[in-house]
Amino acid sequence: MMKEELETANRPDNTAFTQQRLPAWQPMLSAGIVIPGFVLIGLAFIGIGVALFIASQNITVLERDYTGVETVSDCYKCSNPSVKNCTCKLDFSLSNLFEGPVFFYYGLSNYFQSQRAYGASKDEYQLSGDLDYFKTPNSACSPYQYDANNNPIVPCGSLANSMFNDTFKLYQMVNGTKKLVPFDGKGIAWWTDYNIKYRNPSVTPLKNAFNGTVKPPFWSKPAYELDTSDPSNNGFVNQDFLVWMRRAALPDFRKLYRRITEGDYASGLPAGNYSLEIAYNYPVLSFGGRKKVVFSNVSWMGGKNQFLGIAYLVVGSLCVVMSMVMLIVYAKFKFPEDDK
Amino acid sequence: MKMSITTSVSPSPQFYCRSAPASALCLNIQVQSSLAAVFAQALCHYPEGDPVLFPVAAHDFASPTPSHHTTGTPPALLHSCLLSRSLRSPSVWVYVLVTLPFPRDSDIILLTEVYYGSVELNMGSLLSQLGLECGRKEVKEEERHLRANDRELNLSYKYADNAIKTSKYNIFTFLPLNLFEQFQRLANAYFLFLLCLQLIPEISSLSWFTTVVPLVLVLSMTMAKDGSDDINRQRCDRQVNNRKVEVLIDGELRSEKWMDVQVGDIIKLENNQFVTADLLLLSSSEPLNLVYIETAELDGETNLKVKQALTVTGELEDSIEKLANFNGEVRCEPPNNRLDKFTGTLTLKGETYSLDNERVLLRGCTLRNTQWCFGLVVFGGPDTKLMQNCGKTTFKRTSIDRLMNVLVLSIFGFLALMCLILAIGNGIWEYQEGSKFATFLPKQEGVNAPFSAFLTFWSYVIILNTVVPISLYVSVEIIRLGNSLYIDWDRKMYYPKSDTPAEARTTTLNEELGQIKYIFSDKTGTLTQNIMTFNKCSINGKSYGELLDFSGQRVEIHEKTEKVDFSWNNLADPKFCFHDHSLVEVVREGNPEVQAFFRLLALCHTVMPEEKEGELYYQAQSPDEGALVTAARNFGFVFRSRTPESITVVEMGELVTYELLALLDFNNVRKRMSVIVRSPEGKLTLYCKGADTIIFERLNPSCSKLKEVTTEHLNEYAGDGLRTLALAYKDIDPEYMEEWKLRHHEASTAMDEREEKLDVLYEEIEKGLLLLGSTAVEDKLQDGVPQTIEQLSKADIKIWVLTGDKQETAENIGYSCNMLREEMTEVFIVSTNTAEEVRKELQTARRKMRPDGPEEPTVTKSRSGLFCLLKTETVADEPVDGEYAMVINGHSLAFALEKDMEMELLRTACMCQTVICCRVTPLQKAQVVELVKKYKQAITLAIGDGANDVSMIKAAHIGVGISGQEGMQAVLSSDFSFAQFRYLQRLLLVHGRWSYLRMCKFLRYFFYKNFTFTFVHFWYGFFCGFSAQTVYDEWFITLYNLVYTALPVLALSLFDQDVNDRWSFQYPKLYAPGQLNQYFSKRAFVYTLLHSGYSSLVLFFIPWAAMHDTVRDDGKDIVDYQSFALLAQTCLLIAVSIQLGLDTHYWTSVNQFFLWGSLCVYFAVIFTMYSNGMFLIFTSSFPFIGTARNSLNQPNMWLTMLLTSILCVLPVVAYRFLRILLWPTINDKVRYKVRQDKVLPPAPRRVQARRTSTRRSGYAFSHAQGYGDLVTSGKFLRRSPKSRPALFSQTDSPLAQTQPQFYRTISEREEPPLSSWD
Repeated sequence: MMKEELETANRPDNTAFTQQRLPAWQPMLSAGIVIPGFVLIGLAFIGIGVALFIASQNITVLERDYTGVETVSDCYKCSNPSVKNCTCKLDFSLSNLFEGPVFFYYGLSNYFQSQRAYGASKDEYQLSGDLDYFKTPNSACSPYQYDANNNPIVPCGSLANSMFNDTFKLYQMVNGTKKLVPFDGKGIAWWTDYNIKYRNPSVTPLKNAFNGTVKPPFWSKPAYELDTSDPSNNGFVNQDFLVWMRRAALPDFRKLYRRITEGDYASGLPAGNYSLEIAYNYPVLSFGGRKKVVFSNVSWMGGKNQFLGIAYLVVGSLCVVMSMVMLIVYAKFKFPEDDK
Repeated sequence: MKMSITTSVSPSPQFYCRSAPASALCLNIQVQSSLAAVFAQALCHYPEGDPVLFPVAAHDFASPTPSHHTTGTPPALLHSCLLSRSLRSPSVWVYVLVTLPFPRDSDIILLTEVYYGSVELNMGSLLSQLGLECGRKEVKEEERHLRANDRELNLSYKYADNAIKTSKYNIFTFLPLNLFEQFQRLANAYFLFLLCLQLIPEISSLSWFTTVVPLVLVLSMTMAKDGSDDINRQRCDRQVNNRKVEVLIDGELRSEKWMDVQVGDIIKLENNQFVTADLLLLSSSEPLNLVYIETAELDGETNLKVKQALTVTGELEDSIEKLANFNGEVRCEPPNNRLDKFTGTLTLKGETYSLDNERVLLRGCTLRNTQWCFGLVVFGGPDTKLMQNCGKTTFKRTSIDRLMNVLVLSIFGFLALMCLILAIGNGIWEYQEGSKFATFLPKQEGVNAPFSAFLTFWSYVIILNTVVPISLYVSVEIIRLGNSLYIDWDRKMYYPKSDTPAEARTTTLNEELGQIKYIFSDKTGTLTQNIMTFNKCSINGKSYGELLDFSGQRVEIHEKTEKVDFSWNNLADPKFCFHDHSLVEVVREGNPEVQAFFRLLALCHTVMPEEKEGELYYQAQSPDEGALVTAARNFGFVFRSRTPESITVVEMGELVTYELLALLDFNNVRKRMSVIVRSPEGKLTLYCKGADTIIFERLNPSCSKLKEVTTEHLNEYAGDGLRTLALAYKDIDPEYMEEWKLRHHEASTAMDEREEKLDVLYEEIEKGLLLLGSTAVEDKLQDGVPQTIEQLSKADIKIWVLTGDKQETAENIGYSCNMLREEMTEVFIVSTNTAEEVRKELQTARRKMRPDGPEEPTVTKSRSGLFCLLKTETVADEPVDGEYAMVINGHSLAFALEKDMEMELLRTACMCQTVICCRVTPLQKAQVVELVKKYKQAITLAIGDGANDVSMIKAAHIGVGISGQEGMQAVLSSDFSFAQFRYLQRLLLVHGRWSYLRMCKFLRYFFYKNFTFTFVHFWYGFFCGFSAQTVYDEWFITLYNLVYTALPVLALSLFDQDVNDRWSFQYPKLYAPGQLNQYFSKRAFVYTLLHSGYSSLVLFFIPWAAMHDTVRDDGKDIVDYQSFALLAQTCLLIAVSIQLGLDTHYWTSVNQFFLWGSLCVYFAVIFTMYSNGMFLIFTSSFPFIGTARNSLNQPNMWLTMLLTSILCVLPVVAYRFLRILLWPTINDKVRYKVRQDKVLPPAPRRVQARRTSTRRSGYAFSHAQGYGDLVTSGKFLRRSPKSRPALFSQTDSPLAQTQPQFYRTISEREEPPLSSWD
């Protein structure tokens, strides 16, 4: 009998993919993986937590509010907005060496740099030195786009306009005399901000670039006079300006003001009495904000933060506890034998 | 005066009245009356309103014409179009009042209930309806009128020419039309709205690209797909329109393109040509003006059908001159989509001839075995019945789709709520803080706190839009497409014998395959192969066909059993196989009874022989008959040819021609057929075959002993589920024959009561027969049917068989495929004739099954659907002890499906394990499906292979077509098709289950990842003065769904399997969660929501707490906005990736690659986007310069990411682990077992179960009236139908008895309710 050759033109391909037979790893949440897994993760977390906690404990932080809300505070006199050019001082003493390098921050709270309109109120092109945008700033800068005489504001926008303008000087009281603690204001901004993102227009002198523009209304001096002593710290690449322009994500924030890395203080602030002289310019009380200064040193994991260490410890312990619970449940219920 | 009225109601009015709105209803009323005029009115009674009168357009076929084939009047055709007043009215009663001029014969009221399909409201249909109503005010074509060879007149009617256009667009309309269509989708429209919002600077919280990029991507993907589809359609159109055909123009034949053919043209077709348009057949090369056509493209049936021209036009023959002068006028119905109906008249030389379907060749058919024919174009191009049938099919949606719509709507609500809370927050913030903070952030002019809150609301609508992601719909489509392709690709659903792979014709219903609760199956061609094999026979008291071993035991016949060698007979059909050698030996020895037996089979039938390439083929009315004639052929009695007066048979190699004196045809009352032949020796013999009971009544008493033995054999055969026939013969005295023939002629030309007179004559001559024996034909079940049914019922799927077959056959098949079992507690049979009895039987059955059950069913009423507009009633399942089955016939079903009894039917039927409905009409099949759909809220699947299953295939949630050797109609309207019933278990238990699992996993995960993403914004609102500041980089927002998380989740939903296919078969119970909607429901959605809430809290507040008062390791501040955004988004991405890993059960290399690849791409992208170069080129678009470098080198960043990921994931791991331990699901158990065993389960066995039942098969004969007598006798052909009782509005030629579309199995499925031959 003739064996009939079957037409098989339409027969689907026999591949692992089309036949859904791709080799695969099929893990299951079995007791053998889950319980030891929990124990291991728990132990690891406890380890990390301890390390973080110790690192955090070793960091010294000195934080002082100088808003001047309390009448006893020296800065109380300055808190009245009608007082101009007010200076106040803040005294503190260190009983031990404040190990260096010490970082000096100013902190603001209840300050909404994270507000969308606030954050958007700037002109990236202007700040990268594009002269076209000196004449016609971004409309997002409004109402700090043009002044009343229709002159363009440079740098425009609320963000730049509201730049923090308190200045600080730290003195150590050595035998009744004030010894100035040298501040290092270089390298406090991101390298990318300083070198790429913000650039002065390539006009010399810088002042000429700003012809026909006006300074932001809150500023006491125009951008090209931010640091007349050092052209590489002037204009849009002024480090304080850069730090301010990197806006904070949360309404309570601190920003690096200066580093104490020089002279006698390179290894830290020795024990003793200190006096911080504050040129109090920046109004925060009107919106219920607070100003503070912070001295801090850092460790491998950054600044002082108790939370991370504690959180690791808690989660690690919970994992261990959970593994116990699961072990008990497992021992009691086992996996049901197959139903047939 | 005899008259009859039939109404036919077009169930799909949009096809029938093309320009009428979809809510219109069309009526066709046919009145047979010899009266001059008929007036009619239709009275419509809407359930919720007053009756409305509609005039019915009456066609006056006034003068009774002395047509050669009718002395009655042609039917008057009335039709009317009624506009429904309410879209939602489910049914309308239509009374037709026919008034006749004679007072006594007036006022016949006819009642028809018209069922309205539920009208689904969607934007598209509403728009198209509006468009229809205000756009074109086209007058509906009431009647078509044309004159042959008169282009001028025909063109004046502006009928469509023969060009077709199935494409939707052209170059210019593509973009606007396609965009318009796309924006009708809710998601796209929503995104367009968002885009508009973003253009308002006060509101815009995101850059334009966050919306535009995804939208453009989605739109262009869809556009590309639509465009390529349309180009294909255009190509097809062009090809078809440019085909050539010979057209008679100005007295000569010219070759013209199809698209240039006009209505009224006469065209010439040659053998094997496609029919160009719907033609009125004028003349043909064959005798009697017959043409043979193949209708495979129309209904998929490959057997030839016969059409016949009117004699008056047939006389034109192929004379070009005569044809060119032919000026007949045709009046006929307007274009419609009914393939089996055509009504019209031809007026020629003042005489009117009635036209029916038998005179018409439809476009899409192919001319066969006919040298040439001429036809008059009646409908062209879009008006042809083929094109009218290509209407839009109803769009099916899955239950997940519907749930998704509800969820998306509730998400919109949820979104609005979130935005409202944030907007209120903003109002308060502006009032308390913002006004004071104005020193540094001055207020916009005219923006006070409430207005600011208002703006913020819309800003947040933009930001939080990711809860309703546009990519969701695209991904869902891709997943469904992928899972459909798996079905197409599955080799285990490929049927090599017919080279047919399974096909997912709809790519949007996959996951519903995993939720089927009820299967409605057709019988013939679905459960059975519709192949009849001559299996056994009993001749002269001896049974043949069994194989016995030496001890006399039955030997199982299988594929390797040696077959009988028929090579001695060069005319034998090689496909025929038989295993009992003794029968051949007996035949070849020349045993007279055995020879007579086969001679009878070779002579007594209505089969048409056909020779193709030297091979002999039989065109049989029913497969039974074909099997019997083929058996005779192989045993040496080869039926070669027939003429009206003779039958030529090759008897054991010797050509013998018998003179055919009379053919006493089969009908359902007679249940037998006979032929009277004169052998070459001049001997007159009557051969008769028929149902055993009928034959036994008419036997000569001398046969009583043989009768007993044969009865025994018959019982045995019936027990094996075979179909039996008894055969008998009788010699006839020539003188008696002469006299009988005279009387026969008289009777067959009698004016009235012809049927009755003929019956008496037949009864008289079919008496005193001598029994020859009996045949047993096997109605072969398809392979693996009982096993499949067993598997499916293990998966808790209920199977109902709905068949047009007789009760006995249906029961028989029920037993042989294991649906009915001997050990069942009881099988209820409902077959009564009055409504009350049916109700009583149903109630009795129910009380028996559940004696303590409540009388009233427990009905849960609820609302569902969009805006809870849909009222649903669900009847609870009721538990019963024991196994029951119900068999109900069509007659009882008609009562049971009435409004007041349907609940009773449903309750009783649903308590039964098995329900078999026999003798049901296609409409009833659909009604049963609708009933279950309506009250069970369960997913239904209908499977069938024939045209009569189309209604139920369309009604069910999922329609499956068996793409068998014949019958494409079911396949064409189905959603899935394959060649064998047994593939259903793979489709459901493997593909369906996986598709459902994957879709649910996908949706759960997708919602999880997007909610988590979005909620973080919500928490950040409290820290940014509710100012709609995003917590992530805008580019991250743009790419999150499109790039970073798109592929891994696609891999999950294309590859995931909980257990492989073998195990799926091993544990059909795994299917149950799908039926119960366990994997994705509102509840699961709420869990997802809570889970996301938890994750988002972790993802926001852990970074917040870890960062808010700390600094970097170089002393610079760390918590600037950009670093925080980077931290938050990285944490999120890692957490959702791990969650994905946790959800993945089946890790292929593709999964791994996509997951790790996506994470790598993320880091690559952020380093690129935050690089100096990008900033220098696009300064304002990439402000995040340097963030990645400056932040990701911080150890505490990474420690925070680790902490958040672990905190997000570990509780889920613990919860799942404990849940598996404490409340394991069937899925967990099987997975555990798979792990334990580590071996594959045995491949499913295929064992043919043998039934040991002693039930008698009641099956006798399986065919109805054939066209045998048309071809056998010219005088029958010319026999006038005048004497037929006019009560039945049958068409006029005997040919019409063979409704071509149902040709194959007309009595197999159902019989027409009124058949004049009954």
